[in-house]
Order: sequence, then C-alpha cells, then structure tokens
Amino acid sequence: MTDGHTNLHKHTGLYLGIFALLVVGTIATVGASRVDLSHGLSVVVALLIAGVKASLVAAVFMHLKWEKAPALWLTLVLCGIFFAALLLLPMLAVQDLPPQVKIGTWG
Amino acid sequence: MTTNLLPYTVKPHPITEMYSGKFGMWLFLASEVMLFGALFSAFILLKVTAPMEGAAAWPTHEEAHLSWKIGAFNTLVLILSSVTMVFAWAALKGGDLAKGKKYLAATLVLAIVFLVVKILMEYIPHINHGYVPSTSVFFGLYYTMTGLHGLHIVGGIVVIGYFLGPGAALYHENPEYYTNRIECTGLYWHFVDLVWIFLFPTIYLMN
Amino acid sequence: MSDDHHHAEMSYWRKYVFSIDHKVIGIQYAVTGLCFLFFGFCLMMLMRWQLAYPGREIPLIGKLLSESIAPGGVMLPEFYNALGAMHGTIMVFMGVVPIVVGGFGNYVMPLQIGAPDMAFPKLNMASYWVFFVGGVVMLISFFVPGGAANSGWTSYPPLSNIATAGQTAWLCGMVCLITSSLLGSVNFIVTIVHLRAKGLTMFRLPFFVWAQLVTSFLLLLAFPPLEAAGILQLMDRLADTSFFMPEGLVISGEIKQVAGGGSPLLWQHLFWFLAHPEVYVLILPGMGMVAEVIANNTRKPLWGYRAMVYSTIFLGFMSFIVWAHHMFMTGMGTNISAFFATTTMIISIPSVIILTALVISLYNGAIRFTVPMLFALAFLPMFAIGGLTGLPLGLPASDIHLHDTYYVIGHFHYVVAPGTIFAIFAGIYYWFPKATGRCMDVALGKLHFFLSFIFINIVFAPMFWQGLAGVSRRLYDQTVYAHGEAVQGLTIMSSWGAWLLGLAQVPFFINFFISIRWGKKVTDNPWDATTLEWSAPSPPPHGNFTVEPVVYRGPYEYSVPGADKDFFPQSAAAEA
Repeated sequence: MTDGHTNLHKHTGLYLGIFALLVVGTIATVGASRVDLSHGLSVVVALLIAGVKASLVAAVFMHLKWEKAPALWLTLVLCGIFFAALLLLPMLAVQDLPPQVKIGTWG
Repeated sequence: MTTNLLPYTVKPHPITEMYSGKFGMWLFLASEVMLFGALFSAFILLKVTAPMEGAAAWPTHEEAHLSWKIGAFNTLVLILSSVTMVFAWAALKGGDLAKGKKYLAATLVLAIVFLVVKILMEYIPHINHGYVPSTSVFFGLYYTMTGLHGLHIVGGIVVIGYFLGPGAALYHENPEYYTNRIECTGLYWHFVDLVWIFLFPTIYLMN
Repeated sequence: MSDDHHHAEMSYWRKYVFSIDHKVIGIQYAVTGLCFLFFGFCLMMLMRWQLAYPGREIPLIGKLLSESIAPGGVMLPEFYNALGAMHGTIMVFMGVVPIVVGGFGNYVMPLQIGAPDMAFPKLNMASYWVFFVGGVVMLISFFVPGGAANSGWTSYPPLSNIATAGQTAWLCGMVCLITSSLLGSVNFIVTIVHLRAKGLTMFRLPFFVWAQLVTSFLLLLAFPPLEAAGILQLMDRLADTSFFMPEGLVISGEIKQVAGGGSPLLWQHLFWFLAHPEVYVLILPGMGMVAEVIANNTRKPLWGYRAMVYSTIFLGFMSFIVWAHHMFMTGMGTNISAFFATTTMIISIPSVIILTALVISLYNGAIRFTVPMLFALAFLPMFAIGGLTGLPLGLPASDIHLHDTYYVIGHFHYVVAPGTIFAIFAGIYYWFPKATGRCMDVALGKLHFFLSFIFINIVFAPMFWQGLAGVSRRLYDQTVYAHGEAVQGLTIMSSWGAWLLGLAQVPFFINFFISIRWGKKVTDNPWDATTLEWSAPSPPPHGNFTVEPVVYRGPYEYSVPGADKDFFPQSAAAEA
C-alpha cells in the first residue's frame, strides 16, 4: 500500500476542498455559457473548464496524483492519443471536401 | 479456488504498483473512454455537418428545451456522490465498516436521485411534449448519450447495492480484498462522474 | 492442497462446461471457433456455386433450401448477399479471433509465462460464454424473417439502416462479441504484466506473448467505437433516429420520413476505426505462432527478436491512425487522404521487418520439416503476397481502380487464409501434443498441408486478375457485365479451388479426432522446445506447473555453442 493513504484525516480536508473547487467549476461552466462569446471560443472555454474539473477528479478522487507506475501512464497516454485521433480525424475528413459537396457550417 | 494460487490479488505488483483488480479496472476505463469518445466524435461530426437551416438544422439553445438548471443540479449531485464514494473507501481503508457502508449508502441514494431527476424531470416531460429520439439528430444524440451514461449509473447502483448487501460479508472474510473492490468500484464511479462533467456542457450549454 | 480437495468435488458442469481453468476455456474457444470457421467456409462454398454457375440450381443442397431463399434450388440475390455478409462476419469475429486469441492465447500464454492461470479466471469464463451467446445470435439470424444480415460485413448505412430484421440481430450479436473481446483483453494484459514467473523479464518473453499483448491493446481500445456505432445503428433501426440517415433520402421512389441530418460517413469512420486494428488482431497472433514454430524447427534463436518486438509495438500504435485508407473513395479531400496514405505506407515498414526477421531466421538453421513447420514456412511467402498486394490499395491513386474489386478480396484473403489460417494449423499441429499428450499423424498432416497449399492458391490468386479486369465485389452474377463475362473462367477456377480446398480439410478432421483418442503418446516436450509450456506435463493439470517455474534464460536458447544438448529450456538453471 502506498504511504499516502495512512493519514486519512489529512485527506478528508483535501477531498472536501476538491469538492468545493468542483462546485465552483460547475458554476463557472454555467456562467461562461451565459457570456456572449463567439462559437469557437465558447467551445474552448467550456472544454477547458471541464478539463480542469475532470483533472481534479482523476488526480485526487481516482488517486492518479499518487500513481507513478509507467504501465498505467502508458495506457492512459495511448488512450488519450487515440481518443484525440477519433475526435479530430473524422471531423477533418468531412471538412476536407470540395466546396460543392461540403455540408455544414465552417466559420 | 484458483484465486488462492494467483498472486497480486491484494498485494500490489512491483511494475504497476497496483493489485491486479485495480490495473484491470483502469484498463477497462480506458476502453470506456473510447466508447464515450466515439459518441462525442459522432456529436462533433454531426454538429459540424448539419445544415444552417431547414428541418435538419441543429436546434438553438431555446429550441433544445433542455433546462441548464436541472443539468447543473444533477452535475452537483454526481460530484457529491463522488465525494461520498471516496469517503466510503477512506473509511474502509481505516477499518471502519459501519462508516464505509454509511457513505456507500449515501452514494447509492445520490445515484438514484440523479436517475429520478433525469427520468421524471427530463425524459418524461420531453416525451410528453413530443421530443423523442427520432425528433432530430440532436435529440437522438441527447437520448443516446445520456441514456448510455444512465445505464452506466444503473450498473454502478447494482454493484454498490451488492457490496452494501450480500457482498458485505466479504469484509469479514478478507477486509483488504473487500476494500480493494470498493476502490475499484470507486474508480468506475468517478469515471461515470467524469463523463457527465463533459456531457453536461456539451449537451446542455451549446448555443 | 485445498485446491485438489476442491477439484475432486467439482461436478462435470463446473469442470468441463462452466470451468474457470484457462486451459478448458481455451479449448472451448478453439473448438467453438473452429466450428464457426467451418460453418463460414461452408457458406462460402455455397456462394461459389452461384458465382461459377450463375442462375443454376445448386446440386444436392438446392433441394434442401427453402423457397424463400432459393426457389427451385437457385439462390436469390438477397440470400447471396446474406451469405456474403455472414461469411465475412463469422470468419472474422466468430472464427479467427476467437481461435487465435481466445483459443491459443488463453491456452498457451499463461503456460508460456509460467502462471497458474489468467489474472481473472471467472471473467475469462464470462468472456467465453458471452462470445458463445453472440455466436448463437448470429446463427439464429439466418432464421428470422428476411434472413440474416445482408449489407456486407461492413454494414454500411443507409442500406444497413433499412435492411431486414437480420441486421438488428447482427448488431445485437456484435455487441455480445465485442463485450467478450473487451473483457478478454483486460484479462490478457493484466496477466502478461502481473503473472510472469520469477526471472521472466519482458524481453525474455516468447514473441507469441508479445504478439498477444499488443493484440489485446488493439482489442481494448479499438473495439468500443464499433460498439458505439452499433448502438447508434440500433437506434436508427429501432427508434427511427437519423444518425446515419441524410436528409431527403429517396428509397424506391419515396422520400424516407425521418428527421435526416445524419451522415453515412460517420458509420464508416467509426466502423473502420475498429476494423483496421482488427486486421492486425487477425495477423499478429498468427505471426506469434509462426515465430514459435520457426525457432523450434530451425534449432536456432529468432533473428532480430528485439526488432520484431519493437516493430510489433510500433505496428500496434500505427494501426489506430490508418483507418481511412478504406475510405479513399468517399470523397475525402487530398489533404486528409495524403495523411492516411502516409500513415499506411509507414505501417508497412514494421510488417516487412517482422516478415524479414522470420525469413532470415531460417538462414543457417537445421530445418526440421515437421508438419507445423510446413505451415509456418508457407505462411511466409503467402503473407508476403498478401502484404505486397496491399500497397496499391493504400495509395489513393491506384486505389481508385482497385477499391471494391476482387483485387481487394484477393489481397485480404491472402493475408488471412494462407496467412493466419495456415498459422492456426501450424499452431494446432504444434500444441496438440501439449493439450492431449498425443501427437497427430504426420502422413495425414503432410497430405493436409500440400493439398491445402495448392488449392488455396488456386482460389485466391485469380482474384487479383479479376480485380484488375474491373470485376466488383459482392456481385451476385458478374457475367451480366462484358468485363465480368470475359474473366468468368477465373471465377470457375476459384470455385473449384474452394470446393477442393474443402475436401482437403477431410484428412485434417480425421487426423484431429483420431489422434485425440489413438494418437501416439508423447513425452512432455516432444519437439525439444525451450519455452515454458513444454516444462509442464502434457496435458497440464489444474494450476499448470507441479513446481513453480523460475526462468534463467531467454526464450530461444537453441544450439548454444559449447552445450551438449541443442537446446536449453527457459527454466534450466544458468550453470550447465
């Protein structure tokens, strides 16, 4: 067992602190959506806030902050790369069409 | 049982610094990232190729008829359930079964609240107003993505319920093994929370 | 020990049917997979009659088929399509992968790493039964109204969206098969990382285990998008959503009344995101088996073991970013096509490295032409042909002419049929003594090999010419076109090759079943092999090793200079 888990009281404070941050993040997410930003920028902001919240959950609640094992990180990094490819490449494929057949809004 | 012969069921392995079940759960979660990732990819591709106007155009925020308040409330419910989940594991790690079960029960209740809100205050009113999956691509995605996520919540409820009920007997046989299983359940549960953290802005707050 | 006590009490059902022992599960996968493989082969033999003699009554079987699929014994086009779609689906998902991963992987890998079982034995059992259910669903689909799925194994919408009920069964079956693979892949990875014997470092692993490790990562990360796509198509078919249905689609003169706004290309992206890594799932375990057999039967170490390992890892990684080379004809622009063509060209490099290393491994070897070795040797040029013929398909300019023609069918069958399936035969002949304690008959084995090798080439070689002549895939009757009629002779040649290939499997069936009962009994290590599975008894008991193995050597210590024997088992202590 890793040492970080022996003193649980210390971690109670940490967990509650993360909870508070996540609540703030949720408020920020809603707040940001009310601000009149350009479409692209609002997507970026929303993803950024969600990314920060997700990182907090993963790092603290899922204990990634204390997991050093390369085997785990390798799996997660590979997963991240393929996830990015799955998200981006199909979109790029339908974007790279001649104008006559291209449907959708690209602006 | 063969499990007696297998090493690293409780002791962590030097390479991964985890017991086998935990490493297995992380691998499973990686595959789940790809599952939901595919749905997000579908969302992106269908949104950007939607025509600007006409029947197949993507609805605006008002036309989407999704209440951000309900969505935000459910987000907070799920975040809170993640907190109670990690408290449950921490209590069990410290040898306190009663406290651990209390927090597991809280997690279970919050999960049920999430589903009840979703079904009673979102799905059913939507269906009554005629907004069904076939209404538009947006609603198809809405029902499919939140539905699949909801199925994962149901799965979590079943597992947590099992460990609160008949499964709790394992604690008395082998407390460390039981605590590890709760840890793995926790990892799964936090992942379900993680998916919602991305699902909420994507579906509810697009303008 | 307590385990033997448990074992004595186990009922027949717990011991042989719902077993959690990886060896029993491995045999279950292999036998079930071989049954499905044979069934898929029969579907194809039926198709080949229609292709060779279009519109003529099928002999013998024609009278047995119902009027709804083959009136007067002549198969309907819809039935032909169903045979085609199901042949592909069954061979890939219910035949080859369950055999090479579920069968050989499950049986051999834990033995080769010195483990008592897989990391999650109960999950292993669950994986098999979910696979079994998926397979049954697929078979039942032949009997639903409208027959089995008939939109190709690739199930492209909009056609698959509006197809008959069999397509829904296909989707449900796929969900089961995918779930089974996902659970299995988790098991494999944890087992290989966590349960290796003392002294068995990663670079002392037999190449077969490396192949299984990379394959499992492919299954783990590539299958879920197809599961998601399957869910989306089920929604389209059952809930009238429009994920894959464009606006204003006209079917038989009527506009389909759906919301529209969907994209058929979305399905293709999600499908091929899996299906390309899937083809590496089909070949890598086969390469692993061939490597083991070659090292053993040349009595020398594999040449370039490290290069092969690094190539396999690199191949696995690249396989995730080449998929749209299956979509060059969908109207993608030049930039994205160039990207995928580039990654596709790059991925051919590790394949070539692995094949070259295997070929160089033969040089200066004391080659024993055992039956497994014959199949392993044949694998090399056959895979080379399959791989090389893939190159024009990976380049957009040439793919314009070859896409969706018989050239493609020739290409991929060369890799899977005289490729992987020959590797499977090599594996069966090689590991049969370990699983049964008896060896298969050599004369029947050599007959099986020579007949199969000749006929399999007769089936598939003509297809390259047909493709170049412009004959499209999935045609019920190519003779309606002048260019199809012109090469009909090649079709007839392929068909006769296929039927004779079917007959050539008879010596194998006879050999297999007779040898289980009456095969010559052999020692634990009849091949004088180095890897750990050969130091376990034949067949291994529950728990595998009587003494916990410790590894002192690499996987292929054959013909070590100065030693009195021509091999050292991995567990033989360091001092000779």
